[in-house]
Amino acid sequence: MLVPDDLRYAETHEWIRPQGEIATVGITDHAQAELTDIVYVELPQIGAALEPKQAAAVVESVKAASDIYSPVSGEVVEVNPELESNPGLVNTEPYAAGWLFKIKLSKPDEIASLKTPAEYRSQIGA
Amino acid sequence: MIGFGGWDMPVFYSSILDEHQAVRERVGIFDISHMGQIAVSGPAAKRWLNVLLTNNVERLRIAEGQYTLLLNERGGVIDDLIIYCRTDFDYFLVVNAAKIEEDFAWMRSRLSAEVSLSDRSAFFVALAVQGPRSPDLLRQFGELPARNRIQELRIQGIPALVARTGYTGEDGFELFYPAAAGALIWNGLLQLGKPLGVKPCGLGARDTLRMEVCYPLNGADLAPDRTPLEAGLGHFIDLEKPEFVGRDALLAQKVSGIRQRLVALKADGKSPPPRAHYGVFVADKRVGELTSGTQSPSLGVGIGLGYLDVAYAYPDQRVEIDIRGRRFAATVAKKPLYKKRC
Repeated sequence: MLVPDDLRYAETHEWIRPQGEIATVGITDHAQAELTDIVYVELPQIGAALEPKQAAAVVESVKAASDIYSPVSGEVVEVNPELESNPGLVNTEPYAAGWLFKIKLSKPDEIASLKTPAEYRSQIGA
Repeated sequence: MIGFGGWDMPVFYSSILDEHQAVRERVGIFDISHMGQIAVSGPAAKRWLNVLLTNNVERLRIAEGQYTLLLNERGGVIDDLIIYCRTDFDYFLVVNAAKIEEDFAWMRSRLSAEVSLSDRSAFFVALAVQGPRSPDLLRQFGELPARNRIQELRIQGIPALVARTGYTGEDGFELFYPAAAGALIWNGLLQLGKPLGVKPCGLGARDTLRMEVCYPLNGADLAPDRTPLEAGLGHFIDLEKPEFVGRDALLAQKVSGIRQRLVALKADGKSPPPRAHYGVFVADKRVGELTSGTQSPSLGVGIGLGYLDVAYAYPDQRVEIDIRGRRFAATVAKKPLYKKRC
């Protein structure tokens, strides 16, 4: 399973890529492989205020609906428009075209408390 | 892996969509060893079974199979099953995994003279070989049974019962053979089927395939407080028979009328996949709820089965499915939702 070195991870299998005060959030390769066949993604409203571990999106595979949690605090500033017509991008490119939403960080320090790639690898036994 | 009827079973091997497509277009193999097998034999077997089951066992000829139901006294469904007639004195019942013990206890409590009953579930493993190319995979082992028939064949040297039945809406076979040979035939058929594009298939694809053709799943779409009349399975009940368990309740229901009926629904457009227990509405009135649902891989839209108030349980009725507080338009559709292109 791919666990890129330049990201941070939540225990609930989201990744986050901070770039200045905006961070991009998606689900990990491990998570998409467990879910398989993602057929629908429900994204948060732009402007929604999120807190860590708050349900922010729903990713639905053929078999089940899974809540996706925000790893950090902040305000949703953008959602991935491609996922409405092509939810399978979450399977095929979980760290790139399959990103879910962008969040404006209200507590940037929270990033440091998330798992490092090494810690996440050990969590999933990769 | 998930728990299912007391077994740990894979939801998928590669992906539900891949496996689904393999069965619709080529051939897929399911391990259905979880299902139960009950042997009923003896001079009075036929008469006894005819009092226990809804369909007419008298109409079953040797080597034929028949879909039928086991009901409680209230006419509710204990189990749905297939009964195969091996000889006039020897019947083979294939029942749902979660219901083996209950079915067997129910049958044993009604056992009569000259009938012998045996739970053979631990002896048999079973595979479902399903899809348009399934005859091509199995033909090398001998002449195959016709639709709904069962016969003995040697598969890779192992004596097996082979029935031309299934739960996918495709041409296909179900193989029952001694548990000791379980892996041998599974691995052998996957190997032999490589040129045909065979795929091992899990419970996920089994569920999407059966939903597209509107085959009910006991425990979801069938229940002890729902009768087969409500489930739209009247075709498998012979009310002309003088006696069978549940008959009085069904006759009474015929007179009083049913309150809800199991229908198939198809989403009008894009929606999250419908799932069991989602509410179904007409305007602001809740008219029922789904008992099964999924994103149909073949149709590309959400589908579901659910019990709706009879006033709304007709094809072309427009409804809305409540999904996490949002409403999505759907329409009651004729069963099956998916039909094979001819």
